[in-house]
Amino acid sequence: MSDLLRVRDLTVAFHGKPVVDAVDFAVPPGGALGIVGESGSGKSMTSLAVMGLLPKGATRAGHIEFDGTDLTTLNERRMRAVRGDRIAMVFQDPLSSLNPYYTVGTQIAEAYRSHRSDVSRRAARKAAIEAMERVHIRDAARRVDEYPHQFSGGMRQRVMIAMALTTEPSLIIADEPTTALDVTVQAQILDLLAEVRRDTGAALILITHDLAVVSEVADTLIVMRHGKVVESGTAEQVFSDPRHPYTRALLDAVPRIDDEIGELQTLGGDT
Amino acid sequence: MTRYVVHRVLGMLLVLFLVCLFTYIIFFALSPDPAVQICGKNCTPERIDQIRANLGLTDPFLTQFLNFLQGLFLGRDYGGGPSAVHCPAPCLGYSFQTSQFVTDMVVQRLPVTAVVALGAAVLWLVLGVIGGLLSAVREGRFTDRFIAGLTLGGMSIPNYVLALALQYVLVVWLQWLPFPQAVRFADDPGQWFLNFIMPWTVLAIGYASSYTRLTRANVIDTLDENFVRTAKAKGLRPDLVWRRHALRPALTPIVTIAGMDFAGLLGGALITETVFGINGVGKLAADSITKNDQPVIMAVTLLAAFFVVVGNMAVDLVYSAIDPRVGKGAAS
Amino acid sequence: MSPEPLLRARDLVKEFPVAGMAGLLRPARRFTAVDTVSFDLHAGRTLALVGESGSGKSTTARLAARLIDVTSGTVHLDGRDITALHGQDLLEVRRQVQVVFQDPFSSLNPRHTVERIVTAPLRYQKRPIPGGTRSVARALMERVGLDPDHVGRYPAQFSGGQAQRIGIARAIAVNPRVLVCDEAVSALDVSVQAQIINLLRELQREEGFGCLFIAHDLAVVRQIATSVAVMTGGRVVEAGERDAVFDDPQHEYTRELLAAVPRIRPDWDARRRSNVTGATT
Repeated sequence: MSDLLRVRDLTVAFHGKPVVDAVDFAVPPGGALGIVGESGSGKSMTSLAVMGLLPKGATRAGHIEFDGTDLTTLNERRMRAVRGDRIAMVFQDPLSSLNPYYTVGTQIAEAYRSHRSDVSRRAARKAAIEAMERVHIRDAARRVDEYPHQFSGGMRQRVMIAMALTTEPSLIIADEPTTALDVTVQAQILDLLAEVRRDTGAALILITHDLAVVSEVADTLIVMRHGKVVESGTAEQVFSDPRHPYTRALLDAVPRIDDEIGELQTLGGDT
Repeated sequence: MTRYVVHRVLGMLLVLFLVCLFTYIIFFALSPDPAVQICGKNCTPERIDQIRANLGLTDPFLTQFLNFLQGLFLGRDYGGGPSAVHCPAPCLGYSFQTSQFVTDMVVQRLPVTAVVALGAAVLWLVLGVIGGLLSAVREGRFTDRFIAGLTLGGMSIPNYVLALALQYVLVVWLQWLPFPQAVRFADDPGQWFLNFIMPWTVLAIGYASSYTRLTRANVIDTLDENFVRTAKAKGLRPDLVWRRHALRPALTPIVTIAGMDFAGLLGGALITETVFGINGVGKLAADSITKNDQPVIMAVTLLAAFFVVVGNMAVDLVYSAIDPRVGKGAAS
Repeated sequence: MSPEPLLRARDLVKEFPVAGMAGLLRPARRFTAVDTVSFDLHAGRTLALVGESGSGKSTTARLAARLIDVTSGTVHLDGRDITALHGQDLLEVRRQVQVVFQDPFSSLNPRHTVERIVTAPLRYQKRPIPGGTRSVARALMERVGLDPDHVGRYPAQFSGGQAQRIGIARAIAVNPRVLVCDEAVSALDVSVQAQIINLLRELQREEGFGCLFIAHDLAVVRQIATSVAVMTGGRVVEAGERDAVFDDPQHEYTRELLAAVPRIRPDWDARRRSNVTGATT
């Protein structure tokens, strides 16, 4: 039981209809798990279930053991102490995920102060600047007072990551963190996430539809479809020797940049 | 930011100038000859000519308009010789019916109109925001539906019907409110306040209803925003999530719209003031219309336009101060 | 290569006024979205315009399709200058240049049946409809791989991939010479994306239209393009045959772009392929 996070039999349902169905996975301390799936696979709901941030009308069952505690047994107040402190989250669209009315510094400091009640405003601001420097935002001492719309897409995602870092979480959940970004910016953000893991020892759950991205980041991965885990294993296993027909078909369908593979393999299901 | 302000002020001046021009065209060039009206029944053509000359109506249109502008900014004289009357700036003209300067007539009545408008604005903002928040929190439940019913009623009932009904029910029938008496605030604050309760309510009810709906929609939309999810994911206390991340973005547009509606009311709440016999700008407008007192009608029109334009600009400036995305240039 | 290109764009420039900066006393500042872009598109071939957001690739496509007016430059279709056409002539050009957009749902009227949607271009063009709209619609559905019995359904009753097929059916209904695909597969899941790419290739083989393919995903472009133009900051920095651009990029920006694309680890991929072939033989 040395896993940092161990999810067992997690089920999320809307009005009795499961969107996440008996999902199991585990992340060791400092590990990187990829959750891969197409739209409607339940991958994002899985992460929201771990955070206890499911939308209204969703019910959750199963066990989410984090650092020896079953998060499903915590009341809202104790869950709040975990959320944003021990487990931080980075979302897909950094522009809409930041509040346009507050400076980025305020929003980063807010994450810090909500878990460190004894911290002064000034100290929180200093922590925000330090966090921005750690994610390589140049001129952080000045930019801390700027608003989200004054940052580019990639810089906004760096702000989101800085926000996640202030409390030194042991787990970062990144839900499609690079999907809204240009490819060159995506590469920078993926490098940054790798660097953060190396420096802080935080574990990472990367949720993505992009198999290429996950192959560059994850140690282990699970492949989800229609709310179920169809395949899991180390990244090497899944990519070099996929067992489930869906995984194989998915891998065949991915267009490769380095060669034209003729008629792309397709999977049934859509049409 | 300074450039933005300068920009807006210049734009506003242009709009005000155009408003003056068009109002002037409509009221002086296109309406019946005011000299005939002033002259009354026992009139001779000579006397009409005399009045026209005194009023400067014999001049070409452009000269008349420039004189009017001059009166606004510098003051002007009516008539010539020893009988000339000096009208100091800002001169909005001379009422043919009451032999008074229009500016004085308006200025006398402005404070009471301001009291009516301000009280109503406070009332509708409080009611609207509280109603909207309640609705949003209880979305889809009984409270929400009940409030939705109330707002529907509030928006559909005409002002004058509500005014008469309130007067009958509260004053005549239940006698909860005293019959309105003309008192000054300093003499009897209690009576003064009671006098205004009905006008405030009548004016506020329609606005309060639409503000309730607006607040409800804004809050519900904002709670769905990704940044609210981010705030929750930080582990922020729910009251802080609400206060900082839901209320501020949801209420900002409402406060600014309120500024504009308030400015509109300063031009005179015509029906309400008339029904309750409040001697404000609205009643002045109504009276002048029945008496066809053109300079006064025009002055009230200009005044209303002025408040709307200035209010509009004030709202924009306030908005640019509270919403960091407005008026400070694009992403760097 | 035939000497006469189907679609020829020369020195296209598009400037937009910068929003909010227009003054009473001063004209608005202008932003150059497309800056002297030229390209040739030949029949039966696919030219991909690739670039990151703000590179001007979509605007270029819209200029070439005459959806928006150029600031300067010329567009020739089949040797005819179509840059300044208006009215009836422009309608005829629009028939020959059809566009498939990124978001299939927002570009299909939700209140119209599929039959009405896919035959709308025919009706706008006031062309005779042999055998009536129903049979034409059924034939189109079949060609894009949808069930012809579903012509009476509404867009919301289809999945994203199916909706994109409907968009393609509408585009090919009038037998266009040029098909502009503006990020047409970008919003789709990878499995569906593969199907749509295959469909486009198949239709192009049958119809011989030239395809202007706008995409930010270089891996997709590698699968479908015959030639590539790389855009950044409104300019084309590198253009050429697909394999030349991908295998031997000349411009620094192209190299950077290609290097940034995430790849499934090649050794894992190779092992998987050998596993597959090993298993089947």
